[in-house]
Amino acid sequence: MIIDHPLLGPRDAAEFVVLGDASLIDRPDGMTATVEEMHDYAYLRDNPAGDHRELWYHEQGDRSWLVVTRSTLTHEVIKVELARNVARAQGRSR
Amino acid sequence: MRYSALRILKEGLTGNRGWQPAWREPEPKPEYDIVIIGGGGHGLATAYYLAKEFGERNVAVLEKGWLGSGNIGRNTTIIRSNYLLEGNQPFYEFSLKLWEGLEQDFNYNAMVSQRGILNLCHSDPQRDAFVRRGNAMRLSGADAVILGPDEIRKMCPYLDHESARFPITGALWQPRGGTVRHDAVAWGYARGADRRGVDIVQNCEVTGFDIKDGRCLGVETTKGPIKAKKVAMCAAGSSSRVAALAGLRLPIESHVLQAFVSEGLKPVLPGVITFGAGHFYVSQSDKGGLVFGGDIDGYNTYAQRGNLPVVEDVCEGGMAIMPMIGRARLLRMWGGVMDMSMDGSPFIDRTHVEGLYLNAGWCYGGFKATPASGYCYAHLLASGQPHETARFFRLDRFRQGAMIDEKGVGAQPNLH
Repeated sequence: MIIDHPLLGPRDAAEFVVLGDASLIDRPDGMTATVEEMHDYAYLRDNPAGDHRELWYHEQGDRSWLVVTRSTLTHEVIKVELARNVARAQGRSR
Repeated sequence: MRYSALRILKEGLTGNRGWQPAWREPEPKPEYDIVIIGGGGHGLATAYYLAKEFGERNVAVLEKGWLGSGNIGRNTTIIRSNYLLEGNQPFYEFSLKLWEGLEQDFNYNAMVSQRGILNLCHSDPQRDAFVRRGNAMRLSGADAVILGPDEIRKMCPYLDHESARFPITGALWQPRGGTVRHDAVAWGYARGADRRGVDIVQNCEVTGFDIKDGRCLGVETTKGPIKAKKVAMCAAGSSSRVAALAGLRLPIESHVLQAFVSEGLKPVLPGVITFGAGHFYVSQSDKGGLVFGGDIDGYNTYAQRGNLPVVEDVCEGGMAIMPMIGRARLLRMWGGVMDMSMDGSPFIDRTHVEGLYLNAGWCYGGFKATPASGYCYAHLLASGQPHETARFFRLDRFRQGAMIDEKGVGAQPNLH
């Protein structure tokens, strides 16, 4: 798989480690979240067959976190964004 | 028809005209007591034990493709019971005991071969951990032997014993571990279940569930609706997709595990060997091919194929521990889709929907569990109570803080 890094251009997926579903960005506030919310966040996954947004870390490169949209049926990489931009757009960053 | 040496002789002398198909191809009836979704090893084993041990004859197994087309025919055929934790080890030992009597039980040659499994260790702390594991195994009634470097050298002279980085310091050996002809397991269970009246319906995909007031009344399929008193999901690899049809989200990600086989060689490996410093394991099939594998690829996928970086990684592991493998040519490689759960352990449990049950999350250890998984799932379906050895495989264990995390890496499925 080739991941088209927004800053560095096309890179071999072997340079990255993958964390999992990009919904991990939406961590509930630990001070206010219910046990159920925290449980669902930490342990449950949609695990779709089709397009999947996921977090990849460019460990052997510039160490940026990316949100990669990729098909879990064909391995085709559809879209690559900087996780920072995605998180900011969701109001995660202060 | 019972298989026996006499029967082979008789058929051989009469032109082999008397053999019958090993199972029927029935159309589904409108209603069953129990419908099992998934005609893989675990689903067929469940049906077999339901009929044989628990007296449930009005059972159907629905299979989307053809029988045994999933992971029962894609694994590396290893059986063992070398786990550490209380939630796992008695279950896998129960499974190994069932393997030992399986062929006589279902009258089918599954080529169960207890040739032993050798887990190599490469440092003193790793040896300590293996001693502890060996003790846990023996507490459950399994066999476990700690070997020193000299014994391993005698057993496997071709390993790289003196490597500067990962010298072999010892091994955990389970003589009762081994390999099994995996397709024959599916066929044997299918034949045994069919003979006891179970309908095995192939090319029948479940497309939805009939759920009213929190109760599952049946399934929608490509061959029409089927009513059932109990519905048992058993589709590891695609568990999340099936469960989503019932509105469930599972603590599971689907990942691909690759397996490899070399060209046929003369007998060289006595049993199964695992490399303790990298992820690599190898055995030799009766045809002579070296069957080996390593880590999962690490990203979510439903494609039954992997990518080259892991191929390279697995082959490097092989070269590191057994340099002679470099002279063998790789014949074939393939991938299977795994239910990777949040703690690396499986689920055999009811769901919050009444009458809907789940068997899932086998990670890449499902094959060795096939008999016990079927037996324990059948026990749960027939009696409503979990089998003693499977009582920790609860779906709500993360909520309860009762994880069975054999590897201790937390809720990170691609690391288990």
